[in-house]
Amino acid sequence: MMGLDLTVIWAGIIAFAVAAYVVMDGFDLGIGILFPGFKVGSERDMAMNSIAPVWDGNETWLVLGGGGLLAAFPLAYAIILPALYAPLIAMLLGLVFRGVAFEFRWRDPAHRGFWDAAFCAGSLIATFAQGVTLGALLQGITVVGRAYAGGWWDWLTPFSLLTGISLVIGYALLGASWLIWKTNGPVQGDAHRFARPLLIALLIAIAAVSAYTPFLEGKYYQRWLSYPGVMAAAQMPILVAIVGYLLWRSIGGRRDGLPFMLTLMLFGLSMMGLAISIWPDVIPGRVTIWAAAAPVRSQIFMLVGAGVMVPIILAYTAWAYWVFRGKVDESGYH
Amino acid sequence: MWDALDPVILARAQFAFTISFHFIFPSFSIGLASYLMVLEGLWLKTGNGIYANLYRYWLKIFAITFAMGVVSGIVMSYQFGTNWSVFSDRAGPVIGPLMAYEVLTAFFLEAGFLGVMLFGINKVGKALHFAATCAVAAGTFISAFWILSVNSWMQTPVGYEIGANGQFLPGPSWAVIIFNPSFPYRLVHTVIAAYLTTAMVVGAVGAWHLLKDRANPGARRMFSMAMWMAALVAPVQIFAGDLHGINTLEHQPAKVMAMEGHFDSHPTGAPLILFGIPNSQEKRVDYAVEIPKLSSLILKHDLNAPLAGLDTIAQNEQPPVGIVFWSFRIMVAIGLAMLSLGLLSLVARARGKLYDWPLLHRLAVVLGPSGFVAVIAGWVTTEVGRQPYTIYGLLRTSDSVSPLAAPAVGVSLLAFVIVYFSVFAAGGWYILKLMAKPPQPHESAEPVEHGPIRSAGITPAPAIEGGRS
Repeated sequence: MMGLDLTVIWAGIIAFAVAAYVVMDGFDLGIGILFPGFKVGSERDMAMNSIAPVWDGNETWLVLGGGGLLAAFPLAYAIILPALYAPLIAMLLGLVFRGVAFEFRWRDPAHRGFWDAAFCAGSLIATFAQGVTLGALLQGITVVGRAYAGGWWDWLTPFSLLTGISLVIGYALLGASWLIWKTNGPVQGDAHRFARPLLIALLIAIAAVSAYTPFLEGKYYQRWLSYPGVMAAAQMPILVAIVGYLLWRSIGGRRDGLPFMLTLMLFGLSMMGLAISIWPDVIPGRVTIWAAAAPVRSQIFMLVGAGVMVPIILAYTAWAYWVFRGKVDESGYH
Repeated sequence: MWDALDPVILARAQFAFTISFHFIFPSFSIGLASYLMVLEGLWLKTGNGIYANLYRYWLKIFAITFAMGVVSGIVMSYQFGTNWSVFSDRAGPVIGPLMAYEVLTAFFLEAGFLGVMLFGINKVGKALHFAATCAVAAGTFISAFWILSVNSWMQTPVGYEIGANGQFLPGPSWAVIIFNPSFPYRLVHTVIAAYLTTAMVVGAVGAWHLLKDRANPGARRMFSMAMWMAALVAPVQIFAGDLHGINTLEHQPAKVMAMEGHFDSHPTGAPLILFGIPNSQEKRVDYAVEIPKLSSLILKHDLNAPLAGLDTIAQNEQPPVGIVFWSFRIMVAIGLAMLSLGLLSLVARARGKLYDWPLLHRLAVVLGPSGFVAVIAGWVTTEVGRQPYTIYGLLRTSDSVSPLAAPAVGVSLLAFVIVYFSVFAAGGWYILKLMAKPPQPHESAEPVEHGPIRSAGITPAPAIEGGRS
C-alpha cells in the first residue's frame, strides 16, 4: 500500500497547501506580531502596505488546507476539528480581527490605535493557536471508532504550549526577513534589529521541539532513531545549523532578499522533519492516510480540478506578487 | 449554566448565526463586483469620467465588504468540522470535492486579483486592471455556483451510493450530483437576489444624495442604473421564485406545507393564507386571512387541484411551521415592495421626473436595506423548512453533530456573537460613513491622509481630468 497511489498524491497536495499557507500567511502574521515594534505613523503604514495586496490570497491557502482535508480525508477532518475545538475557534476569531484591520485602520484615523492593536493581537492569537494545533496533533488525540473521544482541554499541555510559542517566533522571523526584503529606511532597520534575537530564539525552539518529539510516543522514537529515519535524524541538526549560520550572516548583509529565502529554508527543514514524524499517518499514531481517504471517485474528480487549477493559481499568484515587486514605502509603490 | 442547554440546539444556533452574518456580505459583494465591472467597462468604452468616479466611490465600499466576507467565510469552512463532524465524515466524499472546487476555482481567483483591483491600476494599466475586476466578479459568481450546488445536494440528494462505513459516496456521475434537481432554481434565485440587494443599496445611496442635491451627476447616474435594475429584475426574480417554489413542492412538499401554513389537506383546491398565526399545537392557523383556491392556482396552476397538508406527514418529519410561515411572508412582501419601486421608477422615468420626485427617493432610501432582510428571510425559509434533516430524508440534524459538550459550543457561540457584533458593526459604520458622502466629480480613492497604497489613485489622473461628467 506504500506505492504512489491517489491517496499518497492527495496527502502530498494537502501537505503542499499547508506548507504554502505557512510560508505565505506566515510572514503576514509575523508582521502583525511585530507590529507594536514599529513607530506609529509612517513606519507602521509601510509595514502594512508591504502585505496589503497579497494577504487575502495568502489566507486562501488555509481554506484550501481545511476544505481539502474535508474533501480528501473526510474522516481526519471529522476527528481533528472537534478535538482542537478551542484553539481553532480562537484562531478563527483572531483572523477576523486582523483581517478587517487591514481596511478599518485606514477608514477610522481616530481609532487607528485600536485597530493596530487588534491587528497585532489577532495575528498573535491566530499564530499561537496554529502552533498549539500542531503540538496537540503530534502529541496524539483520543479516537474511538470514527470520532474524537477526548475532553475539551486535552490539547493543552506543556508540549502544545511550546509549539505555540515556537510558531510565534518562527512567523515573527519570517515577517522580519520579509520586511528586510521589501522595505527601506527605519522599518528595515527595525527588522534587522528584530531578526537576530528571533533567529536565536527560533533555533532554540526548533531544538526543544525536536528533542521533545521522540519522547511523546513510541512511534516517533522508532521513526527517528531507527533506519531509515536515523539517516535524516543525523543530517537534520547539521543542516539546520548551517542554514542558521548563513541566515545570521545574511542579516544586515548587502542582499536584502537573502534572509527571507534562508528563513524559508529553515521552515522547509522543519516541515520535512514533521513529515518524517507523521508519515504515513494523517492523525499521528491513530489514523493512516489510507484509512481516512475519500473514495477513488472523489479523489479522481478533485485531482482533475487540482491538476488544472493549482498551476493556474500559482501562475496568477506569482503575477500578483510580481506586480507589487520591489521596495514599498508608506504612501505607495514606486 | 450551559449544562441545561441542548448542545444540538447550541450548535444549530452557532451555525445559523455565523452563516446568516456571513451571507450578508456575499449577497452584497456578488452584486457589487458585477456593478463595478459594468462601471469600469462603461468607463473604458465611453471614456466618460463619471463612471470612473462611481467606480472609485463603490470600490472603497466593496473593499470593506469583501474583507468582512473573507474573514466570516473562513469561519464557515471550519464550522462543518468543529460542530458537525459526523455530517462531515458521512457527506465529505460527496460535498467535499465540490467545496474544494469552490476554493480552487473561485476563492483564489477573487483573492489573487483583489489586490490588483484595489491597488494596482498604476501598475498594470487599464485593460489588465479591467481584467482583474472581471476576474473578481467572475470569482464571486463561481463561488456561488459551487456552494449552492452543495446546499442544493443536501436539499435534494441524488447520484450517491451508501458505503459500508455509512458514508455517502459519489456515484458514477458527478454531473448528476452537481446539477441536482433543486440546484438550477436555487442558483438563479440566489444570484438574482444578490443583484437586487445591491440595486436596492445603490439606489438608496443615490436617492439619499438626490434628496439633498438633485443636480449631483454621480447620484443621478447611480440612481438611474439601480432603478433600471429594480424594474427589470424584480419581476424576473418573482417568476424565478415561483419556479423554485414549484420545484420545492415536488421534492420537499413538507417545506411548502409549512410555508403555506397548510396543516390540513385540501382535496378540492387549497386557499392562499395571506396572514395568520400558525398554531402548531392545535394544528391550525389562527386569525387566518385567506383567498380560496389561490394556493392551488399558484402551485399547481389549477384552481381545484388537490394539495396535501402536514396531516399527511409524520410528526417527527415536520419542520417548525411558525418560523417558515413568517420568514416566507417577509421575503415575499419585500419582493413585492421592490417590484413596486421598480414600476414607480418606470412611471417617473416616463414622466421625466426620475430625479425630481422626493417621494420616490424616500421610498428607495427606506428599501435600501430590504434586500438583506429578504435574503436572510429566504434562507431561513429554505433551511428551517428542510428540518429535521441536514441531508434531506437521509441524515437527521440531530445525528449530524460533533460529539459535543454544551459548554464548549455555548462559550464559542457567545464569543462569535460578541466579536461579530462589535467588528461587523464597526465595518457597517465605516460603510455608512462612506455612503453618507456624496459622490464627487473627482472622487478620491482615499479618504484619509495616509491612505493605503492606493493613495496615488486607482485611475491615472489624466484619464479622469479628460473625462466628462
